[in-house]
Amino acid sequence: MSGDEINLQRRYFLIGATSVVGGIGVVGAAVPFVRSWSPSAKARALGAPITVDISKLRPGEMLGPIPSWRGRPVFILYRTQEMIDGLEAQNPRMADPLSENEEQQPPYAQNLWRSRRPEISVMVGLCTHLGCSPQFLPEVQPQPFDANWRGGFFCACHGSRFDLAGRVVRGVPAPSNLQVPPHMFENDTTIVIGVDEETA
Amino acid sequence: MEQQEAKKDTAWSRFMAWIDERMPVTETMQYHMTKYYAPKNLNFWYVFGVLSLVVLVNQIVTGIWLTMSYVPSGEEAFASVEYIMRDVEFGWLLRYMHSTGASAFFIVVYLHMFRGLMYGSYRKPRELLWLIGMAIFVVLMAEGFFGYLLPWGNMSFWGAQVIVSLVGAVPVIGPDLMEWVRGDFVMSEITLNRFFALHVIALPLVLVMLVFIHIIALHHVGSNNPDGIEIKKDKDENGIPKDGVPFHPYYTIGHDLPAIVIFLILFCGVVFFMPEMGGYFIEHPNFERADPLATPEHIAPVWYYTPFYAMLRAATFPLFGFDAKFLGLVVMGAAIAVPAVLPWLDRSPVKSIRYKGMYSKVMLGLFVVSFFILGYLGTIPAGPMATVLAQICTFVYFAYFILMPWYTRVERTKPVPERVTTR
Repeated sequence: MSGDEINLQRRYFLIGATSVVGGIGVVGAAVPFVRSWSPSAKARALGAPITVDISKLRPGEMLGPIPSWRGRPVFILYRTQEMIDGLEAQNPRMADPLSENEEQQPPYAQNLWRSRRPEISVMVGLCTHLGCSPQFLPEVQPQPFDANWRGGFFCACHGSRFDLAGRVVRGVPAPSNLQVPPHMFENDTTIVIGVDEETA
Repeated sequence: MEQQEAKKDTAWSRFMAWIDERMPVTETMQYHMTKYYAPKNLNFWYVFGVLSLVVLVNQIVTGIWLTMSYVPSGEEAFASVEYIMRDVEFGWLLRYMHSTGASAFFIVVYLHMFRGLMYGSYRKPRELLWLIGMAIFVVLMAEGFFGYLLPWGNMSFWGAQVIVSLVGAVPVIGPDLMEWVRGDFVMSEITLNRFFALHVIALPLVLVMLVFIHIIALHHVGSNNPDGIEIKKDKDENGIPKDGVPFHPYYTIGHDLPAIVIFLILFCGVVFFMPEMGGYFIEHPNFERADPLATPEHIAPVWYYTPFYAMLRAATFPLFGFDAKFLGLVVMGAAIAVPAVLPWLDRSPVKSIRYKGMYSKVMLGLFVVSFFILGYLGTIPAGPMATVLAQICTFVYFAYFILMPWYTRVERTKPVPERVTTR
């Protein structure tokens, strides 16, 4: 091999090696740009638990969408005995009647009424489909979107429906039940949202 | 012409000679304007490319001026838009030009794309031109979406919430990805700030660059025409296409300038007399400040997204083991992306609808009708009837593309003439 011949093998090796090293550099340089989009320390600090007084809440009423936790509206519903008794009959219409999707509620809310106490329900008031805030329609009466309406939550954005325990009705766009946030009763009429005995 | 001018030894010709020695100005002007030969039979449908350039310039100029008075913060954004509307000299005009320009952009781009569908402008050798155009369309949709959050009205807020939540439908990484996009647990000022950066800097840069290479690619392959004939195949002894005329002055002065004047008259009519367009260009809930706790009773995107939004909503049942939410995302994404593969779906021996058979004409007609119906359905609340109709139209929309390899091959086409026809 004479001096002025091109050593293609060596050229390809050098191009390859340079590309690999350069590629690693690009990936490394991308890290700060990608990471800077994550929630900042300030945003994370604002997600602290909140305390709510429910002494004025009456059966059949809902407190919400204020208060908010982590900027999300929270629904606190005081169910009547009639509402609680009606839940079980709804099971066949529900996509996840027994709350088997564990991501949607803490273990203590994995029951028929999806709450610590049968009458008091705490839920994040955002539809699990695309995050609109559903309307609270407790009356048992035919609705334009559901002739067989037994009371619950209706999301006007895309027509998702939830019952009075926040369980999603089968055949609507929302894939899962409304989220139950971690919460605990400080006393009979005070709820702390965002924290419970396990995470406190 | 140029030779004659060069002979006349004027100050101007010496100046241009000095420039041309250092930068190919005259050569570039000739390549793209005076010696760019466009088919002589281009019709009305060929003005929308130039009009979209006009709107792009309008958006950039008014956008820069709006940025001078707008404050991208959760506390002040809404108030600063009202400040622009009421206290800034001619601020109302700049803002209405920008908001009307957004709708005008999509009107001319949709018509521009429809022209491509009709006359087969995506066919070989214009596949890459079509793909660049599709990229422009997608970037434009993103640009409009980011811009829509900035007034920080209640529809801005919840509209963005819905679209960002779409990201959450991605299996496994969805919820984390959603937080990463928002930079917070909910839509917040942090989200507003990054959308502002994307809207005023990042995407406009990408858009201008894509438009530039769109034109470069166009001038390399040459314009298609209503007959779908390649004029470069029939050149005279000087190498000039027999059916071509110089883009400048024939099309610039004789075709595009009148179109721009007519367009601007219509545009000003909207800006001055109906800038909100009855709630279609600027939606009514957006006159209220963003309220993170109260969704407007009825959420609808701006009209130019509604066909795709209706298709998103049409997915109401699980299929192939995916839930309806993820399928909605897939259907919407596919609806936006599927025109990109048109160059490889169309198997017809002819390009233009003029010479295609009955199937192509019927399918294109059905496609347009379903697109309009979907556009309407996307503006109204979801209901059982509307959902079924949206599902049918979604089916028709995709049938136009998926069945194309079949119906373009089996139908009887008309013979294409040797030379372009003018009617």
